[in-house]
Amino acid sequence: MATLIRPMAQPVVTALPRPHAETGLWSWITTVDHKRIGILYGSTAFILFILGGIEALIMRMQLATPNGQVVDADTFNQLFTMHGTTMIFLVVMPLSVAFFNYIVPLQIGARDVAFPRLNALSYWVFLFGAIFINLGWIIGQAPDAGWFAYANLTERPYALGLNTDFWVLGLQILGVASILGSLNFFVTIVNLRAPGMRFMRMPVFVWMTLVTNVLMLLAFPVITVALTLLLFDRFFFTHFFVPSGGGDPQLWVHLFWIFGHPEVYILILPAMGMVSQILPTFSRKPLFGHAFVVYSGIAIAFLSFGVWAHHMFAQGLGPTADAAFSFSTMLIAVPTGVKIFNWIGTMHGGQLRFKTSMLFAIGFIAMFIIGGLSGVMHSSPPADLQQNNTYFIVAHFHYVLFGGALMGIFGGIYYWFPKATGRMPNEGLGKLHFWLTMLGMNLTFFPMHWTGLDGMPRRIYTYPANMGWDFWNMVDTVGAFTIALSVLVFIYNMMRSLRHGEIAGNDPWDGRTLEWSIPSPPPHYNFAQIPVVTSLDDWWHKKYGGHGEAATHGAPVHAPMAGASEDDGHDGHAEAHPHMPDPSYWPIIMAAGMFFLALGLLFLPTVPVGTYIICAFGFALFVTAMYGWCFEPVNSPTVADAAAGHGMAGGH
Amino acid sequence: MSKLPSRASVFRRVLVALGGLLILLLAACAQESPQTTIDPQTAFGDDIQYLLKLTFFAAVGVFILVEGFLIFVVFRYRAHASETGAPAQVHGNTRLEVIWTIIPAVMLIGIAVPTTRIIFDTQAPAPKDSLPVTVIGHQWWWEFQYPTLGVTTANELHLPVGQTAAFSLESADVQHSFWLPRLGGKRDVIPNHVNELWWAARDVGTTPGQCAQYCGTSHANMRMIAVVQSQADFSQWVQAQKAQPAQPPDGSAAAAGRAVFARSACIGCHTVEGVSQGKVGPDLTHVGSRTILAAGIISNTPEDMARWLKDPPAVKPGSLMPNLHLSDDDVNALVAYLESLK
Repeated sequence: MATLIRPMAQPVVTALPRPHAETGLWSWITTVDHKRIGILYGSTAFILFILGGIEALIMRMQLATPNGQVVDADTFNQLFTMHGTTMIFLVVMPLSVAFFNYIVPLQIGARDVAFPRLNALSYWVFLFGAIFINLGWIIGQAPDAGWFAYANLTERPYALGLNTDFWVLGLQILGVASILGSLNFFVTIVNLRAPGMRFMRMPVFVWMTLVTNVLMLLAFPVITVALTLLLFDRFFFTHFFVPSGGGDPQLWVHLFWIFGHPEVYILILPAMGMVSQILPTFSRKPLFGHAFVVYSGIAIAFLSFGVWAHHMFAQGLGPTADAAFSFSTMLIAVPTGVKIFNWIGTMHGGQLRFKTSMLFAIGFIAMFIIGGLSGVMHSSPPADLQQNNTYFIVAHFHYVLFGGALMGIFGGIYYWFPKATGRMPNEGLGKLHFWLTMLGMNLTFFPMHWTGLDGMPRRIYTYPANMGWDFWNMVDTVGAFTIALSVLVFIYNMMRSLRHGEIAGNDPWDGRTLEWSIPSPPPHYNFAQIPVVTSLDDWWHKKYGGHGEAATHGAPVHAPMAGASEDDGHDGHAEAHPHMPDPSYWPIIMAAGMFFLALGLLFLPTVPVGTYIICAFGFALFVTAMYGWCFEPVNSPTVADAAAGHGMAGGH
Repeated sequence: MSKLPSRASVFRRVLVALGGLLILLLAACAQESPQTTIDPQTAFGDDIQYLLKLTFFAAVGVFILVEGFLIFVVFRYRAHASETGAPAQVHGNTRLEVIWTIIPAVMLIGIAVPTTRIIFDTQAPAPKDSLPVTVIGHQWWWEFQYPTLGVTTANELHLPVGQTAAFSLESADVQHSFWLPRLGGKRDVIPNHVNELWWAARDVGTTPGQCAQYCGTSHANMRMIAVVQSQADFSQWVQAQKAQPAQPPDGSAAAAGRAVFARSACIGCHTVEGVSQGKVGPDLTHVGSRTILAAGIISNTPEDMARWLKDPPAVKPGSLMPNLHLSDDDVNALVAYLESLK
């Protein structure tokens, strides 16, 4: 027994001393600071957004004219598979996670997340997963079975290359990242709220983060199971989805969409949360019906597990199932509609300031309405039999995911850019970006409604000239390049504003929530003093004393003093010198271990020896990291002082 | 000073430009769309069209109201410099929120009721006097069997006008989706499942369709046509299909082609009644009677058939029919033989 206790007292793994770099590459690799991890998540996802966008542009070039010769069939199939997989798993989700990381602790008045090292692990696993799933491009065998990868097209006789292996193993890694992240945010939101921040005082973005992470926690195990079954089929000769072995390809379809439909809401709910912060700020009014918006978000999340078979109306599930899933799908439109009315109600009677962020939020509403309405059109199963798997569906979900999720995220970027960087984004360039985005996305995606109803199926690499689809496909392509131009404007704006933007100050938009009460960018420890929350939109009430609540409760922080008190806190205040968890090498090493474990499996059918060597290496990394992690104190003894025993450190 | 165009002439030019654009758009819309979903030729298609119209006009109505309200609010409540202080901090209005929860719910019930009726109508058992047709999806072509008529063909679905066809959908390999947009909605074709679909085509004519479920490399090239014929024409077609294959006269190019066919790999995959019994590829007993080849991506002309026989994967990427490296003479002989199989 004593031998087990002894290592606790002294560093076990002396090969790796505790990292202590505060700047430079090592500081980023070893960071456990939620704000830095948020920036890592966001910038990685943005680079992948460019990659997914280039994939889309090549597809649009191929489809601009009938009988396109830009790429061949196999390349096109890889492009649409990776465009979908990238935009969903490597762009919209991690961009949302970037905001969870950066914003949620600031909005709930916390100094960090509940599990900082787990948070870092989540990022590194995501990064390695993203690299892994794209490795196929190097050898010309990127995944090519579609992002939905319907069995049994993914089984050995029909998918002999490594394409599907990269997809299965890559997504499995990415799933680990998602589950780790969602555990962390769930615990963070439930446990680390500032005193007085009751659930119904949480900003809607925090609420939507909580709901999204519950969805992730419940939905990702389903895809994990499905991927494991497929992995066993491919590597160990089981027959879960192999018809000749008694397996059922439709089982995959069910499992995929039981995950896949909640996934749609995982993509959109965070953007809805962002819009619900932006609209009140730039309307100078509280969110209309805060409770209704929160409850409708919960209702959407609950119902999202009961609508999966509306992706399967053409699969022949029988009339009873079709009718039942049609009702549940129509039902989910109701809470979604409620949110739209509440957002417009928020602006009604306000003083609207059309900053870029606000424009994107309004654009989100305008475009999401279109996507929502076309969604209702195929909630009717017979009608869906003509729309399913056509460009009509492509139009629909791009209105929801580009017009919705991405526009909301762009709104969020412009909104919180001053908080994260301390500088203002350029409004002129921002507005140019917005209008180019609106023009580009409508040019690209609106005509797809017509081509879809004119019978153009999805996922075709070519089409003949006499189908009546040429003109609108050319318009789609012009639109896609307009979107590309808008993204270039955005990148230029970000780079320029980062260096030359006006200094933002703590609260440039006259915000309502806690993140605007602290300096921009926030100090490492976020809050010198943990705020005491007395109402919804607490910061607004502390500034303006709404309903007299703030006055009677004697809020500790006053608007004019916020910046000054932070500065004082550094030297004077003992309370304002909180102990933050120290950086760690272990998350990235453990993530690398998972990467090599997956990489090794690729060789199993061809060079088993390679599998044993690479997997052994990956396993060694993983176990070493786990061991080092377990015996690593939150604060290194050399850095920690007497205060380490209580306060923040005690929480881990 | 340089002459600036007057305001009126600028206006006129803009108008002309807009008019030109409109004509261009109308021209694009007026293009033939042979595979359109919104010109149904069956009762099944009409039912779908009814729901499409219902949901479309409901959507347009909601769109105009909600987007209109949004635009009104955006223009009406923009901040003015003269405003001082914050606007009234309205937190919500429960009655209003309950109302705008109920209204969409009621509208959706209006869609759900006819939807349910049509779901059960269109998925009821097929009428007794239907013509049974077994559809088998293959990578990347369609096999059509008429079990009661003893006919097997590929990619070209012949049907009698006015009679209900009851399809049993099966797959030989992976998932596909059987879809002839003008004749109704699609139904997926799934290994180990037999899916059902039925409808009766109203008009004589030819209409295209294609696989609507991604099924691998040449998914885009898995097309088909439906040939709807009068009862008399259909019966004639059935008789021709049931006949023994044409026997090429000795010494003809076609006879040489039959010899090439019989000694090449062709027989391993293809059936020609009395010559071979392969079951992997399309039945070729009457291939010469078809108008299309290679699942509808080329037409059945001697030139196209020669191109196809020389290098199938070059015509249809990923084609399971390999390049047999046939000599030009062999190809020409084969073309003569296959085209003779009327």
